Amino acid sequence: METVWFVIVTLMLAVYVVLDGFDFGVGMVYPFVARTEAERRTALASIGPVWNGNEVWLITAAAVLFFAYPKAYAAGFSGFYLALILVLWLLIFRGLALELRSHVNHALWKQGWDAAFTAASLLLAVVFGAALGNLIRGVPLNRDGYFFVPLWTDFLTGPEPGILDWFTVLTGATSASILAFHGANYLAMKTEGGLHRRTASTASVMGWVSAGCTLLTVIAVPFVQPSLRLNFAGHPMEYLVPLSGVFALGTSLYLRCRQRDTAAFLTSSLFILMMLASVGFGMYPHLLVSTTDPALSLTVFNAATDSYGLTAGFAWFGIGFALALAYQIYVHYLFWGKARADAH
Amino acid sequence: MASALLYDRLQFAFTATFHYFFPQLTMGLALLLLYLRSRALATGDEHYQQASEFWTVIFALNFGFGVVTGIPLEFQFGTNWARFSNFAGGVIGQTLAMEGVFAFFLESSFLGVLLFRKRFSRGVQWCAALMLFLGSWLSGYFVLATNAWMQHPVAYQVGEDGRVFVDSLTGLLTNPWLFWQFTHTMTAAVVTASCVMAAVGSFYLLSGRHVPYAKTFLRTGVVAGAIASALMIFPTGHGNARQVFEHQPVKGAAFEGLFATERGASLYLIGQPNLETMTIDNPIEIPGALSILIYDELYAKVKGLDAFPREEWPDNLPLLYYAYHVMAGLGTILLSVMGLALFWLWRGRLFRANWLLWLLMLSAPFPYIATSAGWMTAELGRQPWLVYGLLRTADGTSPLVHSGNALFTLIGFVGLYLLLGVLFLFLIGETIRHGPAPAGPQSAHGA
Repeated sequence: METVWFVIVTLMLAVYVVLDGFDFGVGMVYPFVARTEAERRTALASIGPVWNGNEVWLITAAAVLFFAYPKAYAAGFSGFYLALILVLWLLIFRGLALELRSHVNHALWKQGWDAAFTAASLLLAVVFGAALGNLIRGVPLNRDGYFFVPLWTDFLTGPEPGILDWFTVLTGATSASILAFHGANYLAMKTEGGLHRRTASTASVMGWVSAGCTLLTVIAVPFVQPSLRLNFAGHPMEYLVPLSGVFALGTSLYLRCRQRDTAAFLTSSLFILMMLASVGFGMYPHLLVSTTDPALSLTVFNAATDSYGLTAGFAWFGIGFALALAYQIYVHYLFWGKARADAH
Repeated sequence: MASALLYDRLQFAFTATFHYFFPQLTMGLALLLLYLRSRALATGDEHYQQASEFWTVIFALNFGFGVVTGIPLEFQFGTNWARFSNFAGGVIGQTLAMEGVFAFFLESSFLGVLLFRKRFSRGVQWCAALMLFLGSWLSGYFVLATNAWMQHPVAYQVGEDGRVFVDSLTGLLTNPWLFWQFTHTMTAAVVTASCVMAAVGSFYLLSGRHVPYAKTFLRTGVVAGAIASALMIFPTGHGNARQVFEHQPVKGAAFEGLFATERGASLYLIGQPNLETMTIDNPIEIPGALSILIYDELYAKVKGLDAFPREEWPDNLPLLYYAYHVMAGLGTILLSVMGLALFWLWRGRLFRANWLLWLLMLSAPFPYIATSAGWMTAELGRQPWLVYGLLRTADGTSPLVHSGNALFTLIGFVGLYLLLGVLFLFLIGETIRHGPAPAGPQSAHGA
């Protein structure tokens, strides 16, 4: 049961990154591709009805982590204190920008929120990428199962790392470039005309940038966290997951060149899912890896709640989750097709 | 670390109080909107359709602020209260995760349908309004189930490592504490929404604008408000107070200002608690009333603070006392105003009674103050416990988050929320100034 919940949490976070990831991506690219107010409204209308539902995946994944692995939730959230509060502030700005931009018809009001939305989207993409980098690299857990990392120390991945070091900066940049690519694919799928043309060419550029960043990250990982390879070495079949991720990226780049918007978006989604699944396979059973003493690492076994909670939770979760998927698919279906500026 | 504890508490109290300004309106308004949408669907009348859309814009604005200010609360359990999360996550994590899975997906999915409404028929819109109502009340239920467990822990076992685990989900969701807490909180939410709706109606009627809408808003707000404010006091408020005296007698004694155990205890309406002399200064009291209210008996013995050791007293006694009295006082005032307005409405004179319209308009802030004070009563009164009888607040903080970090984020939240408050008031003012669109295709949300 501990393993089942690990799969569920990983999957929910991965789905979150795919869904809210395209919101971040649209946020990062739209000021550069949408030139007129009408185009900007169209770009925002493409995510307007769905971003809030996408964000719920994060909140729910965090709550599931809380109930299944309270010890890891407590350690992780207090240990990354400053980064998480920063995430909260950025999420507040992002949400406000999307909700409030349309309320006042004044050019300065709109410019201000555009800037806030782009900055918040970019920073969130970087911070989430850096967070993943921190999980891979590990944290200095103490004997009570807690740690605290400052925002940065000496930018090295040594025993006393900061949230930002050279490796997590790299994962942050990788995340930002991948999500910009992914978001541009989404926006291309949702738009027409000049806006579509500019978005598609931005997507191609970001596709190659993210391929480059991904390559650097994949090269760097074994130096930073050699143990990630152990799981794969033990189960060579698991190599299929990262390989299919790489294959999805290649396909997505190819489809991008062929202007197949929907297919490019679906394959970039698959790429993100597969890369995160690879990290999940590599990390298991660890939730938080200790940089000081491997015995202090928090795993799905020593951080979990008891078996009644995990099993009873599974029953309601199955029902609730099926319902939630149904609404989400229904809403995405309702808003399927090209976005229009007047839809809001 | 003592100062970190203070900042952690202030940060949670501040962010939670600010957050609750929004959901209390949306939960109540979801019910009123369902009524307006039902009328629109049943009569096919454009008037009710436009009225619903106006309030949907206000709902959405509040919902948006509620979402962005709500996420920090869930996160703070982990960031600032790590030892509490580790201790109790096996229990309260369940209800919080249920809230996400059952309520948040429902609300966020269907609000989009209501806002981007032009594509959809009134039937679909009505269904979406129903789903929003269900979602927001379910959300309230799960959050209150979480709080009820902290007030009155049930259905748990203590593990070998000292952490607690849930041993019956049904027990957790049917916590006896929850019944009165849920009904009281929800009726209070309906009071907030009704007061706001009646206040907007009064404003329009007094200024002679949107008069047909003003009358609809007043009728809906006053009828719902009168019923809900009566239910808020009796039986739900009364039931809550009784269960406090049954399960948390020291909290009850503290918020009533009862220092000494008495037979035929007085109810203090006004007065200042004096911790030097352990009395209430300048009291205005009803002799014997507390005994009657709690035990239905004039000479029943009510335990005062002297029956409990000092370290079990809530740590901010005067504030708790005032919070409770502000809540109870404003609740009574709201019932009087709404009752009066209902009587005038029934006599067909409300729309001409300018003094009463002014009163309704100026009463709009009262339910917000009353509910905030009500939560302060519940939460300050729970001190010094974080989980009543199981975990003290001082033992729930994050061990490695130092006061410098906690103060940094507290200051950040205060600054950010000040900005949020200004923006919210500005936008809500704009929306009300614009008013419901007469009959044109564009509405306030059209841009």
